[in-house]
Amino acid sequence: MIPSMAVTVTVNGQTRTLDVDPETPLLWAIRDTLGLTGTKFGCGIAACGACTVHLNGKAERSCSMPLSAAAGATITTIEGLAANGVLHAVQQAWLDQQVPQCGYCQSGMIMAVAALLAEKPQASDQDIDAAITNICRCGTFARVRKAIHGLTGQGGA
Amino acid sequence: MGALRKWTRRGFIAIGALTGGGLLFGVTGAVLAPSRHGLRSDDAEQSGELTTWILVTPDNFVTVLVPQCEMGQGAQTALAMMAAEEMDADWSRVRIKEAPATDAYANGYIARAFIHDVPAFEKGFDYGTYRLARWLGSQATGGSMSVRGTGQHGMRVAGAAARAMLLGAAAVTFGTRPDELTIAASTVRHAASGRSATFGELAKAATQQPVPSSPVTKDPKTYTLRRTSRQRHDIRSKVDGSAVYGIDFTLPGLLYAALEIAPVYGGTLVSVETSAAEKMPGVTKVVRLDDAVAVVADSYWRARTALQMLQPRFDDAGHGNVTSATIFDAFDKALGAPPAMPSKAATVITADYRVPFLPHGTMEPMAATARVVGDRVEVWAGTQDPLNARKTAAAALGVDPQQVSYTNLALGGGFGRKLPNYLDFVGVSARIAKAVSPAPVKMVWTRENDIQHDYYRPAGMARFAGALDAGGTPIAVRSSYAGGGDSESVFMPYAIADQDYSPRDAKHPIRTGPWRSVLNSQHGFFKESFIDELAHAAKRDPFAFRRDLMGEHPRFKAVLERVAAMANWGTPLPAREGRGIAICECFGSIVAEVAHVAVSPEGVMKVKDVFAVADCGDLVNTDTATAQIEGGVMFGLSAALLGEITIAAGKVVESNFHDFRTMTLVDAPRVHVDFVMSGAHPGGLGEPAVPPIAAAVANAIFAATGVRVRELPFSRAKLAATS
Repeated sequence: MIPSMAVTVTVNGQTRTLDVDPETPLLWAIRDTLGLTGTKFGCGIAACGACTVHLNGKAERSCSMPLSAAAGATITTIEGLAANGVLHAVQQAWLDQQVPQCGYCQSGMIMAVAALLAEKPQASDQDIDAAITNICRCGTFARVRKAIHGLTGQGGA
Repeated sequence: MGALRKWTRRGFIAIGALTGGGLLFGVTGAVLAPSRHGLRSDDAEQSGELTTWILVTPDNFVTVLVPQCEMGQGAQTALAMMAAEEMDADWSRVRIKEAPATDAYANGYIARAFIHDVPAFEKGFDYGTYRLARWLGSQATGGSMSVRGTGQHGMRVAGAAARAMLLGAAAVTFGTRPDELTIAASTVRHAASGRSATFGELAKAATQQPVPSSPVTKDPKTYTLRRTSRQRHDIRSKVDGSAVYGIDFTLPGLLYAALEIAPVYGGTLVSVETSAAEKMPGVTKVVRLDDAVAVVADSYWRARTALQMLQPRFDDAGHGNVTSATIFDAFDKALGAPPAMPSKAATVITADYRVPFLPHGTMEPMAATARVVGDRVEVWAGTQDPLNARKTAAAALGVDPQQVSYTNLALGGGFGRKLPNYLDFVGVSARIAKAVSPAPVKMVWTRENDIQHDYYRPAGMARFAGALDAGGTPIAVRSSYAGGGDSESVFMPYAIADQDYSPRDAKHPIRTGPWRSVLNSQHGFFKESFIDELAHAAKRDPFAFRRDLMGEHPRFKAVLERVAAMANWGTPLPAREGRGIAICECFGSIVAEVAHVAVSPEGVMKVKDVFAVADCGDLVNTDTATAQIEGGVMFGLSAALLGEITIAAGKVVESNFHDFRTMTLVDAPRVHVDFVMSGAHPGGLGEPAVPPIAAAVANAIFAATGVRVRELPFSRAKLAATS
């Protein structure tokens, strides 16, 4: 038997106490317990990045982190990225460039880019290539890079 | 454009007043009684015979109900644009809704109305996976058919009819003749009197208007909405996390299911010891299925955890000795000796090409929620065919489809995996729900389930021979191929008198299905690699060689010339860089691509730029058209660079994105897109950019290094410089 143990986290500015098995990956606690389904399940092995959230400001692939490891953390999901109804600059760039196709990977893509640009507002192409390793199957990569370039003021076409 | 003559013969337009004074315009097919041709169908709402509906409401909004699903291809927005264009509706007052999963929205209602046109607009459908008859009875989104089928034959006509009726209503209201009126931005104006009325104001009166039997569609020269870039209606929800995909659906009291499936396709569950798993916390039930076992629990993670306690035994259906090698050996044997060449040939070349099985790898793994209460079944998922999803669930439970209600949600990718008759996951979810009835249960496949239990893009192999005469002119190209093909996929637009493409049968037990562009991705690589080899054998420039053989196919020639110009074909490049060109027709559209690659001395290959030109006849939403070309290039390139499914002991070896590798941002080239507006009958756009890319890259690698790669993926190729 796995003992149940409540874990307290702050999600999108609200303190939440989650009474689920502490080994449950953070992803499923966010999706199924908190009902925040914008964070997606893609692979379960931290390979694709669809589940990316901000954990204490850093991009984290939530499918491979047990909830217990997030105890006390401040978490932002895609639903919490916009502030007071105004889209985050990365979300607005994604809308302006019409980046998403099926859109399933884009929550994670946007969260990864937002974390990168918070740390490196003028990220170079090397920074982008190193940090943005999310998988997109529709093939939106050209627009992803273009949208990031629009935000950094770096890069070419 | 004149009146649509064929429309009056086989179809008619139905109209019904909607509560609230709105208008419904739809287009129905010839399955209706002839006596009802051209008549107002008063019971249209109840009879379930309307399709492609336009709703005009008193708030002056036009709502377009689109039968096609949205999986990122932009079809819903494009189809609404086609209707709004014909109506001269104010685009800012157009709403888009996905039509429900009822027979009224089946593809056949439109297609049958234009039965004479079917061979033309169904190009690429009479063969292979999308059998015409099967497609007509479905509500499928596939085959790049939305704009060229539903849009061209349904939305345009329904929009034109709506416009005529709104004009007629205004004429009555203003006491004028319709030809004294102008219509723009959802408003009808009478210049002489200065009067005007909005669509919303006219909606109720328009229901009293006769239904035009052959509505006049616009001259494309007068388009104001089509051929512009409009934001897709679904994008906002995909940047703020609010879009609801199949996997996101939830209900009060929802249970969750995790699944283990027989590792060899066709295998069945022999035995499973369930008592340990059933004692795990939160577990509701272990469900034995023919070829799988599922655990249902009060959370998905608990279901997954308990599933790992099971040690199910499955048989291998007698396929335990199948490997990739045995499959390709069988292909090789089936292809036999290289095709014979004419005796007058001065130069003969031969080549074998191979492509692997490929999974779709949609970012959203298969997922569906189902609830069985008494004789009623409810299912929620994201599929490419709501009607077939309903039928699949009904068949799985042995009930009538009328007992099943199905709700389609956003799709996290399709690429063919979620087409009709490939909805295995919907059936499984219904069976699990029945086992825990009346509780609702959401089944979510792991990525491992998905990668190992796909309907794979067929592996294939082709054996070519080609001949040049003494002057270097090609006189024969012949091939045999295994793994599937059809007349469009093997077609070469080159004036070579002696051409022959022969399918060979080599059966294997691996489950296959349509994969973005269906049979064209394999054959695009085969044929456009071989014509390149033939050009080099003739010591000709590969672009000029192709162009000079396209005299009978001016559309191909125009596209090829445009892409060569765009790519600065022929200008010098640094050492170990090269350009490759390829051109394919796919689902009625012609796409040519030039890849520019650089290969390091160590053999690391990078595709720097891809230039793509498409002739799909005309454009609706230019930005989404461009996005589909960009995406098609990337999807095809990802597969060509890295994609491969291998078989060992009858099982799929790869299991997740760590070993089924896909492109990420670092691998992605710049993609430059242009269109040739030929005015030809509309072709598809979701798929046609996929087929040329692998050959374009292979041809570029040859130009850069002199190494001819004849087997995908490129990651297997040895490209290091030999010194």
